[in-house]
Amino acid sequence: MNTQQISTKQISVKRYLPDSSAESYWQQYELPVDDSTSLLDALNHIKEQLDSTLSYRWSCRMAICGSCGVMVNGIPKLGCKTFLRDYEGEIRIEPLSHFPVQRDLVVDMEIFLEHLAAVKPYLIDDNPVKPYDPQAPETYQQSPEQLARYKQFANCINCGLCYSACPQFGLNPEFLGPAALTLAHRYNLDSRDHGKKQRMAELNRHEGVWSCTFVGFCSKVCPKHVDPAAAVNQGKVEAAKHTLIALFKG
Amino acid sequence: MQQRDFDIVIVGGGGAGLRAAIGAAEQAKEQGTPQRIALLSKVYPMRSHTVAAEGGAAAVTSAEDSHQAHFDDTVSGGDWLVEQGVVDYFVHHAYQELVQMERWGCPWSRKGDGQVQVRRFGGMKTARTWFAADKTGFHMLHTLFQTSLKYPEIERFDEFFVLDLAVHEGAVIGVIALQIATGELTLLRAKAVILATGGAGRLFRFNTNAGIVTGDGMAMAYRHGVALRDMEFVQYHPTGLPGSGILITEACRGEGGILLNKEGYRYLQDYGLGPETPLGKPENKYMELGPRDKLSQAFWQEQQAGRTGKFGDSDVVYLDLRHLGEKYILERLPFICELAKSYINVDPVKDPIPIRPAVHYTMGGIETDPQCETSIAGLYAAGECASVGLHGANRLGSNSLTELLVFGRLAGEQASQRAAKTEWADERLLEAQGDRQQAKLLRLCDGTEGAENWVALKHAMVQAMESGCGIYRTEEGMRHSLDTMRQLRERFNKVRVNDTSKIFNTELLECLELECGLDIAEASCLGALERRESRGAHQRLDEGMQKRDDVNYLKHSQVFYQGDAHAELHWQDVDVRFSAPAERAYGDAGKGGKA
Repeated sequence: MNTQQISTKQISVKRYLPDSSAESYWQQYELPVDDSTSLLDALNHIKEQLDSTLSYRWSCRMAICGSCGVMVNGIPKLGCKTFLRDYEGEIRIEPLSHFPVQRDLVVDMEIFLEHLAAVKPYLIDDNPVKPYDPQAPETYQQSPEQLARYKQFANCINCGLCYSACPQFGLNPEFLGPAALTLAHRYNLDSRDHGKKQRMAELNRHEGVWSCTFVGFCSKVCPKHVDPAAAVNQGKVEAAKHTLIALFKG
Repeated sequence: MQQRDFDIVIVGGGGAGLRAAIGAAEQAKEQGTPQRIALLSKVYPMRSHTVAAEGGAAAVTSAEDSHQAHFDDTVSGGDWLVEQGVVDYFVHHAYQELVQMERWGCPWSRKGDGQVQVRRFGGMKTARTWFAADKTGFHMLHTLFQTSLKYPEIERFDEFFVLDLAVHEGAVIGVIALQIATGELTLLRAKAVILATGGAGRLFRFNTNAGIVTGDGMAMAYRHGVALRDMEFVQYHPTGLPGSGILITEACRGEGGILLNKEGYRYLQDYGLGPETPLGKPENKYMELGPRDKLSQAFWQEQQAGRTGKFGDSDVVYLDLRHLGEKYILERLPFICELAKSYINVDPVKDPIPIRPAVHYTMGGIETDPQCETSIAGLYAAGECASVGLHGANRLGSNSLTELLVFGRLAGEQASQRAAKTEWADERLLEAQGDRQQAKLLRLCDGTEGAENWVALKHAMVQAMESGCGIYRTEEGMRHSLDTMRQLRERFNKVRVNDTSKIFNTELLECLELECGLDIAEASCLGALERRESRGAHQRLDEGMQKRDDVNYLKHSQVFYQGDAHAELHWQDVDVRFSAPAERAYGDAGKGGKA
C-alpha cells in the first residue's frame, strides 16, 4: 500500500433523472484510480470533476453511517467499503434493489424506516423495579455474558443492503425484513427488556418472521457481520413458542 | 409552499437534536401542555455524524473520582477559556445523562459484576469514560433514534435541508426548509427553534469528519446576527489514518497504545508529557494520555525535525497496540481493527498503525447563554454547533458525547417552557422570508453557465484553511487565509449550479453548504488572526505570541456577520468564578497542580 499505482478504470452507472425522462439509462465514466480508491471516492471524483449532476447518498466514508449502499455488479455493497482494486473489467453500479428509485443511485428508504419503527425497537420496561430518577440515577445490572447475547444484533447500521439481498422483500415490501426483525430480536434478547410480548404480535404475522424462507443472502451481504438470518430464525423459534403458549393458555 | 405549525422545531437529528426532541417531549408532558415537535435533518437521523464517535462519554463515576476533578480537568484542558459556571453544571449533570442512556438500552460495556465499565481518556485525571466497545457514538445515536420512536409528538422531516431561520423583531418564528426529494420549500412556523447541526470540520481539507459536517446551522444563526464565538479554536485529533483522515480513537491510547516516531522512540516524553510510562501501564495525564492539542503539536515538531515516517505521500508516526494482545484488542477496539485493515491494509494486532493529526472538532460555535439560548429570543443551540462555553481553547476527548446529552436535554426543556407561553407569529412574515429563499434558489439554478465553479471554490477554501489555520499558525499565513475567504465569498455570487433538476439535487446542496462554509471560515480566520497569543489549539509561531497572554486575551472572540462587508470581531470576558488561570501542565510537571 505504500507504493500506489495509478491507472484508469471504467465504471458504468445507471442513471435515472425523472424530471427529464421516465427511462433510466447507463452512463460510462473513466477515472483515475489507485490501490486505495473506494467506489465512494470514485463517485465523488465523478461528481466534482466529470459530471456534477450525478446524485447518490454518502456521509461518513468509514462504513458506520449506512448511507452509501448501491448494487455493484448486482451485489449490494457499501460504496465506501468497496475498493476498485478488487474488480477486473467493467464495474456496473445501480441503485439498491427492491426499493423505489428516486433519482440515479438514490432510493426511497421510507418503507425500511416504517418497518424499523413497527417492531417497537426500544427498551420496554413498564414496571421497573427502580424507576429512573435523575436525582438518584441508577443503572440496570447487566453482565458481560448478558450483553454478549444481543451485542452482535445491536451492530446494524441500517444501510438496507440486506433488503436488497432479500428475495422475499423483493416480492412483498410489506415483509418486515431482515434489519427490522434483527432489531426486534436485539431488544427481545436484552436482559433489561420486558417488551417481547408486545413485539410478538408484529413478529408473528405472516409479514413477520414467517415470510423468511432462509435464503441467507442477507447475512452474506451484511457489511457489519450482524447475521440477520440467524436473528430471524431464532425469532421463528420464539414466535412458535409464543403461539404454543398462547394455545395452552387458551 | 407548504406551511406547517409546530411548537418546537429542531434542526439536526444527531445526538444533540434527538436528545433535545426527547427532552422537549418529556418537559411538555410534565408541564401538561401537549406540544408538537418537528425534527428536521438533511439526512436520516442515524446517518448523523454522532455515529462516527468512537471512544466514549465522560462522567464522574467511581467513588474515588469527584466533580471537582472533572471540572479542573475540563477547565485546564480548555486552557481557562471556558465558562466555569457552564462546566460546573455539566460535570454535575453528566452522570445522570449516561445512566438515562443506559435505561434507554444503550449497550455500554460492562464489568464482570454487571456495572458499567469506564476507560482512561486523554487529559482526564482518572478513568471516567463510559464506552460501548469503540462504537460509542454509533450506539448512542441509534439508542436515541430508536427511543425517539416512542414519542408520537415528535414528527420527523428526514432529508429536509433547512435554508434559513425566520426571525422577526429579535425572536425566531420558524424555519424555511427544502425537501430534498422534491425540491419544494416548506415553511415551518414555530414558537422555539433549536439548532443541533454539528460542527464544521469540512472547512479543512484533511479531517476525520463526515461529508455532512459543513457548519450550516452556524452560518444560519450567524447571518441573523448571533455571534460565532471562539471559532479560531479547531481541534486536530492526533490520530487519523493517512490518506483519508478516518478517525482512530483516543481509546487506543486509553487502553495502553503508544505513539512512536520513525526511530521507534516514544517522542511525547520530549514535549512536557513524560517521563515515559511503562509499556502496558498507561497513566492518566502522562505521555499518550496527554490532551489532543499537545499531542498534535508534538507531531508537528517531530515532522519539522525529520523524525516522522512515510505512508504513501503522508508524513506519519505510529500507534502501536500490539502489546495489548489480540484478545483484548478485539474486545475493546474491534472497529479500529476493521478500519485499519479496510482502509490502509494494516492489522493492528500485527503491526503499528501509521497515523497523523486530522481536523476533528470545532470548539467554537453559535454563542449561547448557560441555558443554551442565543441572542435571538427562542433560538437555542446545542452540541458541536454551539458555543455554550464548555470546551474553551481545547476540548477533552469524551466530553462532547456527554455534552450533547446534557445540553441537548437542557435546550429541549428550555424550548418547551418557552413554547408553552409563546404565540405563533403572523404567518405572512414567514411567507415573505420563504419567497426570498425561493428567489435565491432560482438564481443559483437559473440555467446559465456560472462564471465561477463551486468545486474550485471549495478546494480553494479547504486548502487555505489547512495552510493558514493549521496546528501552528503565523500572522502572514492567517492573513492570507482571511483574504482568501473574503475573495471566495465575493466569487461565490457568480456560482451557478449545472444541475437544474428539482429532485434530489445534491449539487445544489453542495453549493449551499459551501456558501455556509465560506461565511464561517471568514469568522474562523478573523478570530485566529486577531488572537495574538498562543492558547490551547491556537498556537502561533510569531515572535512574542508563542505564550498564553491572560492580560490581553483571557477573552472569548465574538465574530459578527456584516453581510457582504467584512465580518467584525469583539472580545468578551470569560467566566473564571471558581478557578483562577494557572499554568497548564501534564506529566510530572503537572503533579499536584490543577492541570
